[in-house]
Amino acid sequence: MSRYILIGMLLGFTLYKSEAVSWFRIYEMFHFQNFHMFGIIGSAIVVGILLVQMIKMMEMKNVEGKKIEIRDKNKTIYRYLIGGFIFGLGWALAGACPAPMFILLGAGYTVFIVYLLAAMTGTFVYGMLRKRIPH
Amino acid sequence: MVPEFLLHLKEIISQPWPWYVSGPLLAILMFLLLYLGHEFGISENFRIMCAADGAGEINEFFKFDWVSGGWNLMVALGAVFGGYLAAHYFIPVDGNIAHVSQATVNSLNELGFNVEKDKVPLVPYFYDWQYLFTWRGLLIIAGGGFLVGFGARYAGGCTSGHAISGLSALQLPSLIAVIGFFMGGLFMTWLIFPLIFPWIH
Repeated sequence: MSRYILIGMLLGFTLYKSEAVSWFRIYEMFHFQNFHMFGIIGSAIVVGILLVQMIKMMEMKNVEGKKIEIRDKNKTIYRYLIGGFIFGLGWALAGACPAPMFILLGAGYTVFIVYLLAAMTGTFVYGMLRKRIPH
Repeated sequence: MVPEFLLHLKEIISQPWPWYVSGPLLAILMFLLLYLGHEFGISENFRIMCAADGAGEINEFFKFDWVSGGWNLMVALGAVFGGYLAAHYFIPVDGNIAHVSQATVNSLNELGFNVEKDKVPLVPYFYDWQYLFTWRGLLIIAGGGFLVGFGARYAGGCTSGHAISGLSALQLPSLIAVIGFFMGGLFMTWLIFPLIFPWIH
């Protein structure tokens, strides 16, 4: 379990030191006024693609000795577009997506407990409505 | 005494990290999690926490073995520690500043923020209990949190699950989700912010 805490710590440290936890950086990104955030997300994707291709070509096994497989996501449109849109509204408004929320909580902004409870409420409401909204 | 080179190292990592350090590191973290048998996705924790609080008794969406998501809760807990360390022990020379562009500073001032270049704080003043009890603060923190929690589960992932993990695996649904993220973000920033912010001070 401790290795996951270490991974989380590195995640928190990285996003904090590169200012990706900043409301102002998210605002700047949605105004296309700086390359910084696009550089972070873009370079993560480029390196990520290379690593995933490497996993596939070498047929890498995970720590338990099973072949690493990445499940294909369901090929629909509605849930990704509508759900993504709603997520985007909240991301820009609060200036923090789920990982920065935990990081800012640790940085001492205790008001993010309210954000956490609100996000859990949102997830719960989604669970209740799931069968009645288009996917 | 702490060796000199360690102090130097601390000084170096305390400075703001450029995108080309941060981005590849995120990909490496995703890779480490895949190696450990898991997929990177932080927003799943909200569902795990709902399940841990007994939501499974009300709705089957939350009826699953949430203990198997313990690893993900540990990643979130680690992120809390990481944020604590970075914010308190690795402060850059000029403080915790968001080094946004001059164009952004100008736009922020038009919204009524009153900021100067290289002096924009990393976090805005409304991340505070005092502002939570105003309608704008409540809208930003609680409203934003609700939309993020609802939207992330509806879309089946957030920035880590779709933008990083999903696009790295060349998943078309993740591309649609990321387009959705940006449409929502642009709608909020360009159309809603001018209605919320001019009177905040």
